[in-house]
Amino acid sequence: MAVPQLVMYEEESQLISVVLERLNREANSKVVFLVDKNGQLISSAGDTKNLDTTSLASLTAGNIAATGGLAKLIGEKEFSILFHEGEKDNIHISIIGQRVILVVVFDTRSSLGLVRLRVKKASDELKTIFDGLLAKMEQKEATNVESPFAEITDDDIDGLFSE
Amino acid sequence: MSFINYSSKEINCKIVYYGPGLCGKTTNLQYVYGKTNPVAKGKMISLATETERTLFFDFLPLTLGEIKGFKVRFHLYTVPGQIFYDASRKLILKGVDGVVFVADSQVERMEANIESFENLAINLKEQGYDLEKLPYVVQYNKRDLPNAAPLEELRNLLNPKGITEFEACAATGEGVFETLKGISKLVLTELKKGR
Repeated sequence: MAVPQLVMYEEESQLISVVLERLNREANSKVVFLVDKNGQLISSAGDTKNLDTTSLASLTAGNIAATGGLAKLIGEKEFSILFHEGEKDNIHISIIGQRVILVVVFDTRSSLGLVRLRVKKASDELKTIFDGLLAKMEQKEATNVESPFAEITDDDIDGLFSE
Repeated sequence: MSFINYSSKEINCKIVYYGPGLCGKTTNLQYVYGKTNPVAKGKMISLATETERTLFFDFLPLTLGEIKGFKVRFHLYTVPGQIFYDASRKLILKGVDGVVFVADSQVERMEANIESFENLAINLKEQGYDLEKLPYVVQYNKRDLPNAAPLEELRNLLNPKGITEFEACAATGEGVFETLKGISKLVLTELKKGR
């Protein structure tokens, strides 16, 4: 298949949370989240209570996909940073390791300069974590560790639609 | 490309509704949205023009339930059906786990169906997928219309291999959930195989 399946383990998930929490604090931002290029939310930090993170994740991925299409049309590989400025809130979006998308939502308590600076540092750390994760996924695949879903029965699947 | 999260015990899959313009892809999602228990669904997002034609995509997140302790979540997407939005269609197919091809049963839309069907195969190939290997079902929509073509004819043109197919009338909801169940089962069965 074109892209390998993304798998997130407890260990990496915690490492990512630590980086996102710190980024959110140091950048003085409102919310930080990490999205897979296919629109799946991987992790978030900050005040996500009143935020529809699922929709945000999907639209962010759509946004990155659309600008990536634009980039290719003019001969660029990708636009690795996007910035949307609003009246109060702003969104800073960056691509990490061509695989995941880091989104920072911030208002006037922070600034674009500060966010960019902190994002740069966090990006390097996240890239290392994801490189490790990919290596782990490959290793598990090579050693043929069985997927927990290998034993799904037809009844399990039917059960999902019982109501 | 499904996303398995051991940390939050979730599994996410992406299903794309594909088909010619005005065949009823968005209507399928709207019906599912309207009939789903509020706790099991997220917000439906439609990026559409002022005349309610899909511009980029519709998106509907659904939580189906649990399997082996993992929450099973499906993200349903539609593509814009109009021919000139091809660049957008390609983007939405990225990372797809299953496809529903929605055909318009009306006789006069037969050519549009075939064109969209061929376009699907081409665009999937560009993304590195093979329609033959991807979980995929066909829905013949608008079966209630008087100018609907005979099923045999649609089958010959759009489903020569005899894959799972459904008759539907998305506006009234007939066949909509059957189609969703059909594709969901195929996607989960694929997952069982370990990709």
